[in-house]
Amino acid sequence: MGRVVVEVMPKPEILDPQGKAVVGALPRLGFTQFSGVRQGKRFELEVDGEVTPEILAAAQEAAATLLSNPVIEDVVSVTDASAEVTA
Amino acid sequence: MSATESPSAMAVPGIAGARIGVLTFPGTLDDRDAARAVRLAGAEAVSLWHADESLQDVDAVVLPGGFSYGDYLRAGAISRFAPAMTAVVDAAKGGMPVLGICNGFQVLTEAHLLPGSMVKNDHLHFVCREQSLIVENARTAWTNEFRRGQQITIPLKNQDGQFVADERTLDELEGEGRVVFRYDGWNPNGSRRDIAGITNDRGNVVGLMPHPEHAVEPGFGPAAAEGPRAGVDGLTFFTSVLSSLVHA
Repeated sequence: MGRVVVEVMPKPEILDPQGKAVVGALPRLGFTQFSGVRQGKRFELEVDGEVTPEILAAAQEAAATLLSNPVIEDVVSVTDASAEVTA
Repeated sequence: MSATESPSAMAVPGIAGARIGVLTFPGTLDDRDAARAVRLAGAEAVSLWHADESLQDVDAVVLPGGFSYGDYLRAGAISRFAPAMTAVVDAAKGGMPVLGICNGFQVLTEAHLLPGSMVKNDHLHFVCREQSLIVENARTAWTNEFRRGQQITIPLKNQDGQFVADERTLDELEGEGRVVFRYDGWNPNGSRRDIAGITNDRGNVVGLMPHPEHAVEPGFGPAAAEGPRAGVDGLTFFTSVLSSLVHA
């Protein structure tokens, strides 16, 4: 079984209110090392066979059209993560 | 039609034949209130279902508020691909009036009928309040019975209500007079340039975060000069679209 991982992040110029809330909570647990947090999304797309270049291209198109909204988000990576599945 | 609804119907004569669709998705909350607002304005409300490809020959469509598909992925992101939305996009491009309220506004941006997008409120909290707005554009299909600069009050209730777009898009919206409503007094969600609602270049598609359908009948609306819960500023959205249909 193959797997494609898509990672989506809020655009740098868009204030990320969820990340802001997380960075505010960290010091309360003693984590004072972190000055900023941005929260994004990870999608794991599974395929029955192996991840071919065509499947990777389809995943890239899906990432750009459905999994992200280009107004507020960037697709930061679309990768063949099949090795993670079998490992 | 009930006795309480007939006076409003009589107040707008000659348009009783208008049919306005109210589109329901799984997770839509305010479709019944929207349909009721349509009837109070004097038109026939037609229930539309997201899985149907036909809009049943309606004259205009309202996309109501709620949490379609649970806001999964992004608010409005899944709804955009509903069969009924293909018909709405085609009809909107042909000039049919379309009003997106709250989640309906989010669906319109995801469907690329309106620019920009909505992200979580800057303060992270759900907001529910009677919101003062300034009408910036009184020429759209849904606002032609307001005056430019008029102050109105309708309810606002959302978590993902912060309107965002890049600076170029915001400048275009401002320059072309496509900002329809601006928050007055307090910006409740961090929206860019206090924008509460926008329109397309043709003025037939309008989206806004606050809820006009909750301010359409005395006794059930926000506070107004006439008394508590007397506010009916939202009704003007629905009488405006009837006027635009008559004069189309």
